[in-house]
Amino acid sequence: MIAFIARRLALVVPVLFGLSVLLFFWVRLLPGDPARALLGERATQEGIDRVNRIYGFDKPVPEQYLLFLGRIARGDFGASIRTGQDVTAGFLERFPATVELAIAGLGLAIVLGVPLGYLAARRRDGLLDHLSVGASLMGVVVPVFFLAYLLKWVFAIRLGWLPSAGRQDVRLDATHPTGLFVLDGVLTGEWDAAWDAALHLVLPALALGAIPLAIIVRITRASVLEVLDEDFVRTARAKGLARNVIRRRHVLRNAMLPVSTTIGLQAGALLAGAVLTETVFALNGVGEFLFTAINHLDYPVLQGFILFIAVIYAVVNLLVDVSYSIIDPRARLS
Amino acid sequence: MSAPAAPPPVTVRVGGSWRPVARRLVRRPAALVGAAIVLLFVLVAVFAPLLTPYQPGSAEWAGLITPSSVPGPGPGHLLGLDSFGSDLLTQLVHGARQSLTIGVTATALGLAVGSALGLLAGGLGGWVDTAAMRLTDVMLSIPALLLAVSVAAVMGRSPLAVMIAIAAAQVPVFARLLRGSMLAQRNRDYVVAARSLGLSRGRIVLGEMLPNSVGPVIVQATLVLATATIEVAALSFLGLGQADPTVAEWGRMLVKAQARLETAPHLALLPGVCIAVTALGFTLIGEALREVLDPKNTTR
Repeated sequence: MIAFIARRLALVVPVLFGLSVLLFFWVRLLPGDPARALLGERATQEGIDRVNRIYGFDKPVPEQYLLFLGRIARGDFGASIRTGQDVTAGFLERFPATVELAIAGLGLAIVLGVPLGYLAARRRDGLLDHLSVGASLMGVVVPVFFLAYLLKWVFAIRLGWLPSAGRQDVRLDATHPTGLFVLDGVLTGEWDAAWDAALHLVLPALALGAIPLAIIVRITRASVLEVLDEDFVRTARAKGLARNVIRRRHVLRNAMLPVSTTIGLQAGALLAGAVLTETVFALNGVGEFLFTAINHLDYPVLQGFILFIAVIYAVVNLLVDVSYSIIDPRARLS
Repeated sequence: MSAPAAPPPVTVRVGGSWRPVARRLVRRPAALVGAAIVLLFVLVAVFAPLLTPYQPGSAEWAGLITPSSVPGPGPGHLLGLDSFGSDLLTQLVHGARQSLTIGVTATALGLAVGSALGLLAGGLGGWVDTAAMRLTDVMLSIPALLLAVSVAAVMGRSPLAVMIAIAAAQVPVFARLLRGSMLAQRNRDYVVAARSLGLSRGRIVLGEMLPNSVGPVIVQATLVLATATIEVAALSFLGLGQADPTVAEWGRMLVKAQARLETAPHLALLPGVCIAVTALGFTLIGEALREVLDPKNTTR
């Protein structure tokens, strides 16, 4: 097990190294000189000189790279061109909103997707089967930001059932020890705040969860169908095992293996989806941060964002692989 | 847009010609519906200038737009105006052009580079294989969106940047797929026979193994056309796409419609439906192809 984790960790190193080289040259590839790119169009000569001194753009390239690595190691990505806010601080401030949304979206997809896929497979070619296959096709072809629009328009604007934007009613003046608003409300006992945050989360989570939900339904269905056909299921039946035992221990357990891989593979898609969903629902998460940065060509923010996300992505993938090898011992060998 | 998920393994019947495949494809209603959608989409894109009398992004009727209202359908404008005072139908029709050119070119680019990599890896094996697979490992470990954002940020906001960004994310997927498919052929009887006949390695790889390995890659390419359509819109939704305001693009139409969701929801609804229907067309064809090419399904 330890050897597996070590081998898996060794794979992360070249990725992060490659990425750091990429990001290092990235700012240097920008049109014009890097100092000007970092400061924006209205930079003064004084400011440019100062940036050149701080970042060492006047030094030889290998030395510059080492300086760059040193700054990254200290978590220093500079400040936003637009607001002057420290990039690391800005990212950490917004990250909980994205985490909350991602957990809600994926949670919804798993809680709905696995039972739906299982039932669809059990009653193959039944109404539920056709419905879920059709709906999962829709989930794949409808862009997440369009679905977000539709949900917002129907449930927030037309019907007025749910809030259309933001994470919580500011008038509640809730306290936020963790930044995960629903959890905050529960921890501090401010139940109205927790409920309000949860209501704000429903539509974004539905929009974000739709694609993973569609994929989970399809994979669960296919995988259960495959396992139902296996010899060991027939053997279990022939042995006269109770139907529930066969379903739980033989069918579900084995069918869940491909499903858990698929859930792991959703990490990247979930992130991209979160960025798009946050933009529609004005949730102040990293997506919103990225969106503004792109539209103002805020390079320090973009550079920091890419590295943060790549590291998080690598860690999530590592955790997925490790947990998978715990569920299925065979995976450790390959 | 999404990270390239590992495509389900597809095994393809060896040595068959494409005619029975086409015959079985035609018998599937889903494939026909998909083909009809795609055909319509291509026709609209190609003949866009002939379909409406107006120019995209002309903003000719900007004077009619007020903060609270956008003129809806009426004489002269079948679908009404957009929020800048251009004809909405013209914008939609010309938007198909953007989606088609960028989506198809990006997929073709990703397919070409990815297949070349997969062909080298699967055909040559050894250290070439190892190097190519490590390269795809690194590429797959960066979320597709980030790859796209970085490419577009370096190259500026342009359709070319979007194409390269989308293609880059597909390269590792195509490479792995073709390699895996070729590895499965390596010890098949016909390859062994070709080898014992003394055919050259290049001839065996290109003339024998490749034609028998492309099935899954073709299926994947069709499915990728669907995601590419969505990704073009997603990147443009994030502000990375086409910067020229006179070029109509579905994703950007959606962003611009956001502020008017309450008063003119059709401004968001129509481009969104266009994107979804186009993606549906490609997906239906891809899924049908997958099922037809899968030997497990021959009985059905």
